[in-house]
Amino acid sequence: MVIVKLENVGLRYGVGPEVLRDVSLTLEEGAFHFLTGPSGAGKSSLLKLMYLANRPTRGLISLFGHDIATTSRKKLPALRREVGVVFQEFRLLDHLSTFDNVALPMRVADVHEKDVRKHVAELLAWVGLKDHMNAKPTTLSGGQQQRVALARAVITRPRLLLADEPTGNVDDKLAVRLLHLMEELNKLGTTIVMATHNEGLVRQFGHPRICIEDGRVEQMGPLRPARGGGGVRMEGKIS
Amino acid sequence: MSFLSFNHHKDLPLDSDPSSRFLPWLIAFMVYLAALSVVATSLMQSVSSRWERGVSNTLTVQIPPARSVQQDQSQIEGALKVLRANPAVVLAEPMAKASVLALLEPWLGTADVLADMPLPHLIDVSVRSSVKLEADQLVQDLNKVAPGATVDDHRIWLDRLIQMSQTLKWGAYIVLCLICVASIGTIYFVTKTGLAIHHDVIEVLHLIGAQDSYIARQFGENALHLGLRGGLLGLAVAGPTFGAFAYLYRQVDSALLPQIDITLVQWIVVLSLPLCAALMGYVTARFAVLNSLKKMV
Repeated sequence: MVIVKLENVGLRYGVGPEVLRDVSLTLEEGAFHFLTGPSGAGKSSLLKLMYLANRPTRGLISLFGHDIATTSRKKLPALRREVGVVFQEFRLLDHLSTFDNVALPMRVADVHEKDVRKHVAELLAWVGLKDHMNAKPTTLSGGQQQRVALARAVITRPRLLLADEPTGNVDDKLAVRLLHLMEELNKLGTTIVMATHNEGLVRQFGHPRICIEDGRVEQMGPLRPARGGGGVRMEGKIS
Repeated sequence: MSFLSFNHHKDLPLDSDPSSRFLPWLIAFMVYLAALSVVATSLMQSVSSRWERGVSNTLTVQIPPARSVQQDQSQIEGALKVLRANPAVVLAEPMAKASVLALLEPWLGTADVLADMPLPHLIDVSVRSSVKLEADQLVQDLNKVAPGATVDDHRIWLDRLIQMSQTLKWGAYIVLCLICVASIGTIYFVTKTGLAIHHDVIEVLHLIGAQDSYIARQFGENALHLGLRGGLLGLAVAGPTFGAFAYLYRQVDSALLPQIDITLVQWIVVLSLPLCAALMGYVTARFAVLNSLKKMV
């Protein structure tokens, strides 16, 4: 099943130049892709389009088979709940505890509090933060915050996980551990796109790449099929 | 009525906003003014109704004192005949001298000299509201039997008093409306400020799939809570103010000011003001949030 489909997508902020140009790609269910490219190339902008933070200025985006342009605004929250996002700066809510930060997507989805307590506790144990449930994010290290952000992104078992340079502020050892966590999620069927600058990780884990340069999809990485049979078809301009 | 329950999780730190500190005071002031306006309106209504009920179907005939007691008696009897013959008159009874003296007591006291003073004779007249009384004709007829007789039609000054009390009542309504508008405006802009302060948190909530109503509920409940707190404070201050006014009112010994009774309905209206303020806060904050979030993707 096609999870994300972009056709000739363009994006510009205000009256500025286009930051994404003629992007066309298709992500199949269960795929795992690295999104690479230099700073300012458009990686974050592409992810923002996928997690519905922005609308394209032109072209078509389809998420889980829904054409975003024709989907009513009222139905977008339900689609967003199918997408987990690890933001570049984590964007944890500093006034809430680790537990409440991770519980947020479940509470937003109006899940029963008993289930929230059970699942959040399990997930925090899984990411190794069982002993920090009541800690505020500001008292946690960068690596711990990153794991909280990941836990929040996956607590509702999203069908698509988008991670915007989640390994940017942590050492290689922790980055590798995070990738292993994401691979486990991928095995469970979650489609993953992870933006990164870390060439070592990309090489080590060997997942297909979506390379962006100057707002265009430039090339795709080694065509090694991702686990779960997913793949990527690049239809953008290749320079 | 799920919005009245406070067991929801608060994802937005609205309690720590500066607006959360000043809004209850502002609402307290508004509720205080509103309570005074409601009571003033009720009092005006009550006073004008009592005046109207008391004197709307009555008039008083005044006959100047004659040179002799026999002449006085003859003029009074003549006047009574004229009055009782009029189809608009239900009852015409002369007032006893003691009653006339009692009317003058607030101005002239109880000195014995009053009994010897030549006081005018008064006749209390009750009229039918269904039959139009020709006052000018009646005066002419009375003057034939009692020269110098005059008719005090209470309707003339009563209409003026009622008009005045109606004007005051509508003035109080306008003040009440202005208080509502000012409160709604303040809550609206305080909510907009809250939205700007917590923009980042709201964006995160939005991106993880929160409905607009989920965010609006948190602002609404916060405004409901602050409105209720401020409203109760305003009402608490209004209580002693009413007491002081009631005390001063009782000190004024005047026949013009009737006994005032605040009805159960009026008490309910006053006591429900904090709840009204809280609900107004809830609805306004919710509207402001939903209106603003519509502009987000």
